[in-house]
Amino acid sequence: MKWLLILGASSDVARAVAHTYARTGWNIYLAGRDVGSLAVDASDIEIRYRVKSSAIHFDALQPKRHDSFYKSLVPKPEGVLCAVGLQGDQLRAQQDFRETASIVGTNYLGCVSILDLVAADFEKKKSGFIIGISSVAGDRGRASNYAYGSAKAGFTTYLSGLRNRLNKSNVHVLTVKPGFVFTKMTEGKNLPALLTAEPAQVAADIFEAQHRGADVLYTRWFWRWIMLFIRLIPERVFKRLSL
Amino acid sequence: MAVQPADKRMRVSNWGRYPTVEAEMISCTNVRQLQSIVRTSESLIARGLGRCYGDSSLNGKIVSMLKMNRIPSFDESTGVIECEAGVSFAELIELLVPRGWFLPVTPGTKFVTVGGAIAADIHGKNHHVSGSFSRHTRSIVLMTSEGKLVRCSRQNDPALFWATCGGMGLTGIIISASFQLLRIQSAFMAQETIKTRNIDEVLEAFQMSQSWTYSVAWIDCYAKGNSFGRSLLFRGEHASEERVRAEGLKGNPLELRHAFSLSVPFDLPAFVLSQPMLKLVNAGIYGLRKSGMSQQFVGLDEFFYPLDRIHRWNRMYGKQGLVQYQFVLPKATSREGITKVLHEVSNFRYGSFLAVLKLFGKQEGMLSFPQEGYTLALDFPVSKELFPFLDRLDRIVLEHGGKLYLAKDGRMSKNMFAETYVQRRVFLKTKRRTDRRNLFQSLQSARVGLS
Repeated sequence: MKWLLILGASSDVARAVAHTYARTGWNIYLAGRDVGSLAVDASDIEIRYRVKSSAIHFDALQPKRHDSFYKSLVPKPEGVLCAVGLQGDQLRAQQDFRETASIVGTNYLGCVSILDLVAADFEKKKSGFIIGISSVAGDRGRASNYAYGSAKAGFTTYLSGLRNRLNKSNVHVLTVKPGFVFTKMTEGKNLPALLTAEPAQVAADIFEAQHRGADVLYTRWFWRWIMLFIRLIPERVFKRLSL
Repeated sequence: MAVQPADKRMRVSNWGRYPTVEAEMISCTNVRQLQSIVRTSESLIARGLGRCYGDSSLNGKIVSMLKMNRIPSFDESTGVIECEAGVSFAELIELLVPRGWFLPVTPGTKFVTVGGAIAADIHGKNHHVSGSFSRHTRSIVLMTSEGKLVRCSRQNDPALFWATCGGMGLTGIIISASFQLLRIQSAFMAQETIKTRNIDEVLEAFQMSQSWTYSVAWIDCYAKGNSFGRSLLFRGEHASEERVRAEGLKGNPLELRHAFSLSVPFDLPAFVLSQPMLKLVNAGIYGLRKSGMSQQFVGLDEFFYPLDRIHRWNRMYGKQGLVQYQFVLPKATSREGITKVLHEVSNFRYGSFLAVLKLFGKQEGMLSFPQEGYTLALDFPVSKELFPFLDRLDRIVLEHGGKLYLAKDGRMSKNMFAETYVQRRVFLKTKRRTDRRNLFQSLQSARVGLS
């Protein structure tokens, strides 16, 4: 049976994706820092869907260990979801470079480090898919979260280049740009209910887009149009807005 | 990720939609997050699907456990399962019935969580045979007011175990529990319906049905004279595989058949539940059945959860909400006490739509509701006149040695509680061991003096 590797598996969206794939018979590797809690998720998935699942320690901020981490996976996955993400604190990032370093280290460098290893493997096998969860925050810089936004912009561009490179090797790369989602990351923020999705809806969109072979997925769908509008605002005007 | 103090204030109420409270509602996904909430709070209560009727899971600060809904272990050969508190009975049924297992005890709705089932020590139609949920519970993991995890069972800290089962979430936050499931051969029930002509006949029918695993009766509260207390008694057993074949059903006998359901789209106006209407409906339910005994072959949903098929049926009681009044009386005083209560109800303007009667067996637990005897549950729409009326019913219950079910209650007085829950002192002593700061509180616990 096929294995899906989920990096950053504790996030709410990652958990929802794990259930969505397991429901259709996929085995699931859950990789993240809190292995104790992920082991419970793995049992839960095995019990509910009668597939195999295991929890493995993975830390995006320790790229030196990524090679041995990926080598330890037997069998190798047929698909990878990178759901690693850290919102961080914009105000702190402005005053303390260490915060920026950890935001970029997690959202960009950590993801690139592991996905390069995955890409090399899939390129050789000439099969597989890579799903990267970026963000609509990467589509345009805003005062309130541009440390996070710029890291995600970098990740979006990385995925676009990776897609271009792996296209001839029959490897599918899907960039996911979620808008607002009700998750731990957004808990306590006052999100507009009409524009905010449940993790399960986002997971269903991802599953469908991966099977369709889509390149870029905005989820929910209306974010494509919201972001188009936001990108069209001239910088001269945009700089005066507080969005 | 750092936990941000969520500021989601909202109006919260439970199934009866009375009372309501303005509360900060925090959703929790893991133990670490829960620990930081517990350590920085002064008063809170955990909540699941909010199917208690009154204020048991209401407080100014509420922790929703619905996202802690994993199943850490399940032994398919023995039927022992461990669930986190937020796992619902509805999802367990979907998962377990096709594998030949069912919940050992279930209330009249499947939209309850495992955490709630333990906190209220729920009972079902099989109490006289199988006891309440605690009888099948093997161990419970609890978070104390210091944020520590403790495990309790019959062997390991039995006092804490028996305080937590039925303890309304006041000994700590129930994180997970393991319990024994029931083996079944099919997703169907063999049911018999007995039409009884009065109160004596229905009590006798319960006695004669003691060997049946499940039994429950619907009383027509409006019948008078010789028909006073006329009822329909339903009794049932899980159908064997042979029985399913004999009914001519093909395919997997464990496959769930989903019943047709509908929804109450808005609050219904008061006249719908006015006395003439209720008389009509009750007479209709009673009159449509054949006299004597009849047999049916029904799905699990139809047998256990008939009201779940009408989504949001609580709206039938209008926007003021409803109070469900459920009491239990010892066997010796049951006939007299129930008769008095039913007389009061039939003379009350805002009558009860449904009256459900059930026989209980033996029971353990410090605050667990069941005790040997009969329990009667009545629904009333909230009105000014209702509360003095219920105080009158309280006196009847008190005089006949009974008590009220905390999971249904939103108005019992401190005095009524103190007079009827005789183990409350030992409960409070046990609670103090895991809740030194008196962190775990609800509007109910404050009202009845459990904090």
